[in-house]
Amino acid sequence: MAQSAALNLWQLAFVLGLSPLFAGIAQKCKELVASKRGPSIFQPYRDLRKLFAKDEVVSERSSWILRFTPYVVFVVPLVVTLLIPVLTDFPLFFAFVGDMLAAGFILAMSGFFFTLAAIDGGNPYGPMGASRTRMVGFLVEPVIIVVLFTVSFVADSTIPYIVQQHWVHPLANFFSASHVLLLIAFFMVILAETGRIPVDNPSGHFELAMVDESKALEFSGRSLALLKWGGYMKFTVLAIIFLNVLTAPWGLASTGTIPAMLLATVLIFVKVLVLVLLVVIVESSFAKLRLFRIQEFVGAAFIVSVTAMVMELLGL
Amino acid sequence: MSAWLYHLNALVLGLFILTAIAMVVMRQIGACMQVFVLQSLLLAASAFLLGGAPWSWHLFALGCVTIASKAVLIPWILRSMVPAQVYARREFSQSIDVSAILLSSLALLLAGYAAGIPLNAAAHSLSPANVSVGMAGLLIGLLQLAVRREAVPQILGILAMENGAFLVGIAIAPNFPLIAELAIAFDVPLLAFIVALLTRSVYQETGSTEVGSLTALRELL
Repeated sequence: MAQSAALNLWQLAFVLGLSPLFAGIAQKCKELVASKRGPSIFQPYRDLRKLFAKDEVVSERSSWILRFTPYVVFVVPLVVTLLIPVLTDFPLFFAFVGDMLAAGFILAMSGFFFTLAAIDGGNPYGPMGASRTRMVGFLVEPVIIVVLFTVSFVADSTIPYIVQQHWVHPLANFFSASHVLLLIAFFMVILAETGRIPVDNPSGHFELAMVDESKALEFSGRSLALLKWGGYMKFTVLAIIFLNVLTAPWGLASTGTIPAMLLATVLIFVKVLVLVLLVVIVESSFAKLRLFRIQEFVGAAFIVSVTAMVMELLGL
Repeated sequence: MSAWLYHLNALVLGLFILTAIAMVVMRQIGACMQVFVLQSLLLAASAFLLGGAPWSWHLFALGCVTIASKAVLIPWILRSMVPAQVYARREFSQSIDVSAILLSSLALLLAGYAAGIPLNAAAHSLSPANVSVGMAGLLIGLLQLAVRREAVPQILGILAMENGAFLVGIAIAPNFPLIAELAIAFDVPLLAFIVALLTRSVYQETGSTEVGSLTALRELL
């Protein structure tokens, strides 16, 4: 019990502490690919420290939602961290509190509050970005649902700790059609959900073209820091769901001893790093889609996920 | 068939169906061609995987012939006969929009799977999955033929239908005489050659290869 709680804290610290580093590495690599030098990989930490020290300006006309949202956005990925296998392949204290569907709904809650806050702020670009994000969100929703259906058909469960064992026992399962197609679909979902390049340009500074970023325009100081950190953690948590639950539980600790956990920390770090590099390759080789082409991108993800489900149901 | 080969074959089939759908919705004509090459390579891979477990040199030879004719010869013919400007184009007018195409190909996918079930029961196929996916690939190729307006994607639609039929064929009749397969393998590049010639002259006459808009006869002035 005490050990389980300690391991949970270790996982929280992993997500909390390393997620800005992943963002920094992604940024640095993108700049390197573009033959630029780019900021240091520790730049997100410096940004966060700077923002925490700054004053905050909040509109007098805004409601409690604007003040409350940064805390929701910050806490939600941490709650999801408790439900999923981050470093251990055996279930921890909160493992059976919620399944992947619950994790999806909890993540959706932060999106819901962020949307409300963007409208609440009164900035003209906020509602625009918010409605665009909602559009992407409701297009992505069926893909996530079909992916979860497929997972539950395959593994007879949607509890992450049970699902993850299925793909590598026996190892041939890893190469089954439904598994690989599922991975492609979920990777596309991650790109769309975290505002990555085929859907949104995270480094764009043109308000009219923003999808995800414009929601944070009205925030400053500590609130902005919390929102940014929450965004980094959301990407990390989705990456960990993708890698540890859907891809394969390789590199996870099977005992709770300190050396095993340290080794798992390093291995999972490397795993997430590989995914970050994959995202960088995608971001550097594709252009941002026009707004009304996003439905085609997500439609393609939907087709892939349905194909995965049909392949599974027909026992292929 | 061992579990490994079985899973790998299923994976190849899953990717095959995705390439079929990608060919219908791709806007760039050049990219459409590359996807066709990929699809032909996947067909050959499926033939190798099916021919590997109980060793069948028919399937192995079929895979080699497929690579030679569809992944090398046909793209080369189409590339060299049809002017390069055609391949640089994108944004042509499909007759229905992309979301509708995606949904109808999904419906055809399910129809193809459904059509595969009685076929499997009747034919005692080597791999039931091949029959279902092949039928779906055939139907989606037909959809491509119906919705694309440009000449090159249309011929690629015919070839995609043929790929689907072959995918069914290698599972139902693995010991089909090689001479018949060779005949088909020579037939199809010839078809590509003729269509490419036709496209070339249409392009020279009208400055476009949008065969969808060539619906009325006109006198040359």
